[in-house]
Amino acid sequence: MIAPTSSSSAAVLPEPLERGTSLWRDAWSRLRKNHLAVLGGVVLLVLALACVLGPLIFHLSYQNQNLDLGATPPGPQHWLGTDTLGRDLLARLLYGGRISLMVGLVASLVALVIGVTYGAVAGFFGGKLDSVMMRIVDIMYALPFTVFVILMMVFLKEPMQAVDAWLSRFALLSNLQGVGKILLLFGAIGAVEWLTMARIVRGQILSIKRMEYIEAARALGYGRRRIIFRHMIPNILGPVVVYTTLTIPAVMLLESFLSFLGLGVDAPMSSWGTLIKDGAEKMEEFWWLLVFPGGVFSLTLFSLNFLGDGLRDALDVRASKD
Amino acid sequence: MSDAIIELRDVKTHFPIYQGFLLKKPVGMVKAVDGVTLSIQRGEVLGLVGESGCGKSTLARTIMQLVPTTSGMVIIEGRNLTQGTAASLRQTRREMQMVFQDPYASLNPRLTVFATLAEPLIVHKICPADQITARVAMLMELVGLAPRFMQKYPHEFSGGQRQRIAIARALALEPKIIIADEPVSALDVSIQAQILNLLADLRRQMNLSLIFIAHDLSVVKHISDRIAVMYLGKIVELGPAADVIDRPRHPYTQALVSAIPTPNPDVERNRQRIVLAGDPPSPIHPPVGCPFHPRCPHMQEKCKAAVPPLVRIEDGREVACVRIGEI
Repeated sequence: MIAPTSSSSAAVLPEPLERGTSLWRDAWSRLRKNHLAVLGGVVLLVLALACVLGPLIFHLSYQNQNLDLGATPPGPQHWLGTDTLGRDLLARLLYGGRISLMVGLVASLVALVIGVTYGAVAGFFGGKLDSVMMRIVDIMYALPFTVFVILMMVFLKEPMQAVDAWLSRFALLSNLQGVGKILLLFGAIGAVEWLTMARIVRGQILSIKRMEYIEAARALGYGRRRIIFRHMIPNILGPVVVYTTLTIPAVMLLESFLSFLGLGVDAPMSSWGTLIKDGAEKMEEFWWLLVFPGGVFSLTLFSLNFLGDGLRDALDVRASKD
Repeated sequence: MSDAIIELRDVKTHFPIYQGFLLKKPVGMVKAVDGVTLSIQRGEVLGLVGESGCGKSTLARTIMQLVPTTSGMVIIEGRNLTQGTAASLRQTRREMQMVFQDPYASLNPRLTVFATLAEPLIVHKICPADQITARVAMLMELVGLAPRFMQKYPHEFSGGQRQRIAIARALALEPKIIIADEPVSALDVSIQAQILNLLADLRRQMNLSLIFIAHDLSVVKHISDRIAVMYLGKIVELGPAADVIDRPRHPYTQALVSAIPTPNPDVERNRQRIVLAGDPPSPIHPPVGCPFHPRCPHMQEKCKAAVPPLVRIEDGREVACVRIGEI
């Protein structure tokens, strides 16, 4: 019936192809015009690079104490001063940033993967499965978060120590104390944050399930997996991306809140949350211990929120093509 | 009936309505398609008309097996689709394809034209990988689009062009029959004619069968060989297109035909129009007897007695009306 007249594409395509603009590229060009969002992205990048590379370049230590020195204000020796035990604040800030940024990224990623898969399955299959899955989400929503984390910390104390003991057998990793607790922190935060993501994704999937292009994909005989991952999820990624960028600051706040309560990172390790907590206790005498950690943390949250807002505006289809 | 490509035998598609909070109980049925028997010949164009909500689109989706069939048989090339496995159904999809109503909703906005048209070729292994570009270019030319646009996205095309892409996608699988569900009702009038002509050309070139659905007789009368008129999930009249338009026999068809505007203003001014009173009845509680009797100008007591069967009144002409001899 239909037979290709020629086997090579060059012969059938005498004219040069015109390039189209995908919705992603469209969104990207709109995002670039949003100066605040770009600024936010650049600040985040600089902060992340500093946290990752800084300690390696300057050979700083977050735990070397100098009790003779005590707390000194910012100066040429210690740019951001030292804490009461004589530890360099810049070093502690950069190491703390690693933990805080990692919690933000990893816990958001955990929430993203669980939430998108869970929500997509519930929305796609619908019916009884959907009802049961979403009632589970409702129940988990109803658990008070702090109680949930405290319970986790208490009941999972031994496995946590087992992880630490196991890790300390490796010489290379022996300085990673408290990793078990940090993993637990990731788990606890991720376990709570995916709930909202699942709801968002389920709602989006439900709204596009009856779209004609999904029906067309079924009529063309595509498999379920192809339909979910190639035709549905790319079309709901807009809200998902936006919500993820707004989850990261929320997660970082949670971490600092938990560390503030003593449920997070243990000394001598630091996170921005513990630094702010320590600084707050001594802010009347040693202002720099609160101002610098608090400043950097606020700057990060601001940047993330600006970036998230920018992404929302850029990806909003209603704003784009009207 | 020897060369039928698709046969429907007493097809019913009913949707249950649930009520209740925790224990959902079915409280009724929407009888969207309620006993349709029909066959479409190879290379034939069947126009399917009826007002909104009469079950045309559900019938299309039933034939495509996009909604579960309640009972009856959908037979294509001798295979009954209502009892096949998912895998065999997926294979049968190559034989029939659908063009949807709204070209703004029927194309995945994240895929380029190339990706949209190449995907069916890849999934169904229609042609070797190195010929996919050539095949996509050919499909685009077939529907009157320049192949140089293949890397563009749906939002960069007009409604008419998008509908061409949707038609090309349906043709990619080389189907024997295409079901077009109101393919022009979302388009400007000037574009409608182009798409209708395209479908008519393709049908001639490729010996396609076509089920052309519309809510308006004037759209289908030029393109169709036969016309089926649907009312409340049932076919009430079936016959050769010109015959049905010139001599409608069922009172409902008569009303539809009288609503076709004529281009001559003198005729238009004096034209007799049959205006139907009221709305179509609910498909959940269809009227007892003839489903059309509450709105029918020729209604008598006997119309309320039983559902009139679709009977052959002359060669190729079928009408479901008990008073067919009298009106």
